[in-house]
Amino acid sequence: MTTVLPERGPGGEAGGGVGDVSPTDEAALQSAFDAAIGADERIEPRDWMPDGYRATLIRQIAQHAHSEIIGMQPEANWITRAPSLRRKAILMAKVQDEAGHGLYLYSAAETLGVSRDELLDKLHSGRQKYSSIFNYPTLTWADVGAIGWLVDGAAITNQVPLCRCSYGPYARAMVRVCKEESFHQRQGYELLLALSRGTPAQHAMAQDAVDRWWWPSLMMFGPPDAESAHSAQSMAWKIKRHGNDELRQRFVDICVPQAEALGLTLPDPDLRWNEERGSHDFGEIDWSEFQQVLKGNGPCNEQRISQRRRAHEEGAWVREAAAAYARKRAAAPSNEDGRR
Amino acid sequence: MSETSRQHRARAEWPLWEVFVRSRRGLSHTHVGSVHAPDAALALRNARDLYTRRSEGVSLWVVPAEQITASSPDEKDPFFEPAADKAYRHPTFYEVPEGVRNL
Repeated sequence: MTTVLPERGPGGEAGGGVGDVSPTDEAALQSAFDAAIGADERIEPRDWMPDGYRATLIRQIAQHAHSEIIGMQPEANWITRAPSLRRKAILMAKVQDEAGHGLYLYSAAETLGVSRDELLDKLHSGRQKYSSIFNYPTLTWADVGAIGWLVDGAAITNQVPLCRCSYGPYARAMVRVCKEESFHQRQGYELLLALSRGTPAQHAMAQDAVDRWWWPSLMMFGPPDAESAHSAQSMAWKIKRHGNDELRQRFVDICVPQAEALGLTLPDPDLRWNEERGSHDFGEIDWSEFQQVLKGNGPCNEQRISQRRRAHEEGAWVREAAAAYARKRAAAPSNEDGRR
Repeated sequence: MSETSRQHRARAEWPLWEVFVRSRRGLSHTHVGSVHAPDAALALRNARDLYTRRSEGVSLWVVPAEQITASSPDEKDPFFEPAADKAYRHPTFYEVPEGVRNL
């Protein structure tokens, strides 16, 4: 028996195996891993796993965590201007949840042998990405509703299958996240409904927000499967359970009747029911826009990352002070608050 | 304090704590995840804010991650092997004549 952390990967290094393994051992480990995946068992932090599996998970979980953290910004933009105390309390709770989701996910990523600081460094230096959707601005109050309904709706469609992801800590984090996301989606929908049924100006504001967020939301599912760099391998590893196109189609089919109930339209002239397929056909997505935003040329890329860096730097003294206080107390426990 | 040691301290990560939640009275604490915190008191507060925002718990434990001793997965077969060949520890091992009840 060895003294090790229960939920940490071996060593501090991402991509490390279990010490020195000979080629035959490695083949045995690989086949044990393949058998576990084949039998739909979960892989847990201290199990042997292929380097590629570990690296893929770190990349995906980190990107997911970063998206939650950066995703706080567009909505927090409206907290001070929420139209009622009720809406303000809801929005604060939602933004706090996004922080929570980021932390569940960082915690899951750390089980693979990366440190929290390393992940934050990579976000701040642009070496790891976050979802492009958060590089769009929230121009009106209705955008808060459109984000809840469409952006969180797309996220839920993506995330529900991740609750069955082959990597245990990621799947468990997603169960928590999904439970909380449904409040996010509903509050957005309710907000849009209130606007849609309001004055003509409020209705127009809701429609404008949906017009701007619809296409970026569809892009959240990623490029078509044929062009998606990691899809096939991730499916084989059961990290992903469905293709990008399948999830996108599912989302479109869910949204169409919801838009009708809102009394709003979706900005796609080619959107229509296809009796034969039992699904909605929809128009071409402008992937050049997606690529541009991904490359850093979206409306808010610069603003989002510089605000994140500033928040981190301005919090440094708090982290340092708390650590100094903890050291001082550990050194002189008898003086603790003068009570012992 | 020199500038470099100050920077080093500022950068040194807060320790990691594993978090366990008792979801309601009558149940055991269950592992839910981890938090970073400089000390136990703040670890509890951070864990409360992160893992019980919707009344998911009535009690919290935080444990320094480095203090936990775990069995190692690569020796799991020999380590747990003694339990595998003792089927007589389970009630289903025994034959009971037809009609005998409350046994």
